[in-house]
Amino acid sequence: MKTDIILCGVGGQGILSIATIIGEAAMNENLYIKQAEVHGMSQRGGDVQSNLRISSDPIASDLIPRGGADVIISMEPMEALRYLPWLSKTGWIITSSTPFVNIPNYPDMEVINADLQRMPNVITIDIERLAKENGIARSANVILLGAAQKALGIEYDKLEEAIRRVFGRKGDAVVEANIKALALGKEAQK
Amino acid sequence: MKKRLLLGDEAIALGAIHAGLSGVYAYPGTPSTEITEFIQGNELAKERGLHSRWSTNEKTAMEEALGMSFMGKRALVCMKHVGMNVCADPFVNSGMTGVNGGVVVLAADDPSMHSSQDEQDSRFYGKFAMVPTFEPSSQQEAYDMMSVAFEYSERVKLPVLLRVTTRMAHSRAVVEVSEEPRQENAMNYDAVAANWVLLPANARKRNDHVTAQQAELEEDACTSPYNIYSDAADHSLGIIASGIGYNYVCECFPEGCPFPLLKISQYPLPKKLVRRMLSECERVLIVEEGQPFIEDIVRGVAEMPNVMGKYTGELPRTGELNPDVVKKALGMEIGESFDPCADVAPRPPALCQGCGHRDVYAALNEVLREYDNPRVFGDIGCYTLGFLPPFRAIHSCVDMGASITMAKGAADAGQWPAVAVIGDSTFTHSGMTGLLDAINENADITVIISDNLTTGMTGGQDSAGTNKFEAICRGLGLSDKHLKVVVPLPKNMPEITQAIRDEINYHGTSVIIPRRECMQTLQRHLKQKKAK
Repeated sequence: MKTDIILCGVGGQGILSIATIIGEAAMNENLYIKQAEVHGMSQRGGDVQSNLRISSDPIASDLIPRGGADVIISMEPMEALRYLPWLSKTGWIITSSTPFVNIPNYPDMEVINADLQRMPNVITIDIERLAKENGIARSANVILLGAAQKALGIEYDKLEEAIRRVFGRKGDAVVEANIKALALGKEAQK
Repeated sequence: MKKRLLLGDEAIALGAIHAGLSGVYAYPGTPSTEITEFIQGNELAKERGLHSRWSTNEKTAMEEALGMSFMGKRALVCMKHVGMNVCADPFVNSGMTGVNGGVVVLAADDPSMHSSQDEQDSRFYGKFAMVPTFEPSSQQEAYDMMSVAFEYSERVKLPVLLRVTTRMAHSRAVVEVSEEPRQENAMNYDAVAANWVLLPANARKRNDHVTAQQAELEEDACTSPYNIYSDAADHSLGIIASGIGYNYVCECFPEGCPFPLLKISQYPLPKKLVRRMLSECERVLIVEEGQPFIEDIVRGVAEMPNVMGKYTGELPRTGELNPDVVKKALGMEIGESFDPCADVAPRPPALCQGCGHRDVYAALNEVLREYDNPRVFGDIGCYTLGFLPPFRAIHSCVDMGASITMAKGAADAGQWPAVAVIGDSTFTHSGMTGLLDAINENADITVIISDNLTTGMTGGQDSAGTNKFEAICRGLGLSDKHLKVVVPLPKNMPEITQAIRDEINYHGTSVIIPRRECMQTLQRHLKQKKAK
């Protein structure tokens, strides 16, 4: 198997913790991983992205070629659209529907939604609302991960196990909140 | 062997610890910061008591590492590419003194300038200082290379430069790591004073010695396990690929490269291997990240119509490589893709909400409106973002510390008001000496040391001068009358603006220190408190 993923959002939205969970699950399955991250200046409220590649065979490049990504997982709807040239023609977009407005010229949401709806394979989820309604406001990013499970090609149980290992140190409450988030996301991808 | 998912930076750090490192010396700088941070948090490093505190700048770091090497132990120096400029004096001269304990100098280049002011290629420093240079292609190679580099450094008695670029430093991969770390070196007194005292009479001998050594270093590079010549059937093309460029070439040929491929990860450039490729292949493409360093050597001054690379336009001269530009250089079709979405707006980085630098710029802008042609000289850090809207507050940002010295030069030229804005960590890194110049002449400048108690831009590392800034300024000879400390908060705006106005109107050197903790470290500290 081989899955190329673009994780994106705005600095501080928690895309790197999604990457950590996927990476943990993939490593445990003895898969090869390459994950290029962005650090430094761009984290100050700017757009951030990570190229995550997992494969049963060795991976050469840390970066995904244009038109090569199987899935874009985005914490923010406009940010999902920023990386369209990297998405495969048959790829999926799984994105939060809540805009993060920290620039004066943020486009009208109707425009953004129309652009998203023009794409062949899109799942948009109001992860912020779902997280709040279920009392797990801080695990919104993991809802998105749950919604992306099929597109990732990693079994649900393996992601759940990875969450237990990644968040184990933070205590049972944090683990359970994230597992609940993963399950909510799984429901939403249907 | 144990498997770990590691950033390139972390693989380098762990490789160094497992190679028997005794100390890391560094100043934070993207994309190198995580190396030192990893060592600071590593259990074995703590157990062994390895030195890992931040140095004041790259020059002090390099010299401290030389001292550790002088006593026979292994030291690592880490910095971003522009840090090489700061430590160029000790680095180049360490090529003359040579080493006792192994020294590895890690330079992390930032092509495409994700977080930097230029794109310089550190391999030139290795050649310039006649120091062997390594350039890993993968995280695993980076880990393995650390022990090889330290051994090599001790064998040839020279420091080794390890050059990485952003995508190596900041990309994770699974790395197999040793479970039997090497012990540290014992201290020894083997360092020979005649090698280390670079009096002309001694230095001439050393110069002859290290110059003569170059042929041996090149021969080592020809037989290095990291410089691999893989022959293939189709000799219509040959490819020379270094460092991370090698990965992009491999990405283009998932079934294996049909052309001879020379992977370069150790310098001086193994010319014998390059000559073989030039003689056996009709054309040669050179794929390297950064400036055309290999290409320059290969071309020399000869007409080389069969050599392709950055000079001939097959690959771009600026910016980092990626699989697509390499694919294009190989004459392969780029796959089908969606067009960019025209509705996406740029989202530039900005100062955090509540950041003290914001209040400093708000106050400064308010006061400077009262003057004709004020000029504000900025510096390197989060506060460089003061150039962007809504502040548009600074007129220059060149290198660490240049705010104070450029303001002084401008004042010397007759400019008034000349204001310098510098952060606390940048001030101790390279601003103090410039302030001494200004104070000695009582230059007509106003220096604002915007103190957020940390090195903010790189993620909140300790700042060398915390709690010492008033004492430093006084020690440099500044009078108390023109040394003011304020708390940058909107409610203090009248006090801050008055202080700035008074010091601009005073025709001599003055320092204002707005001091309030960085929002990022404040949130982290509050979280830690809550957890307790």
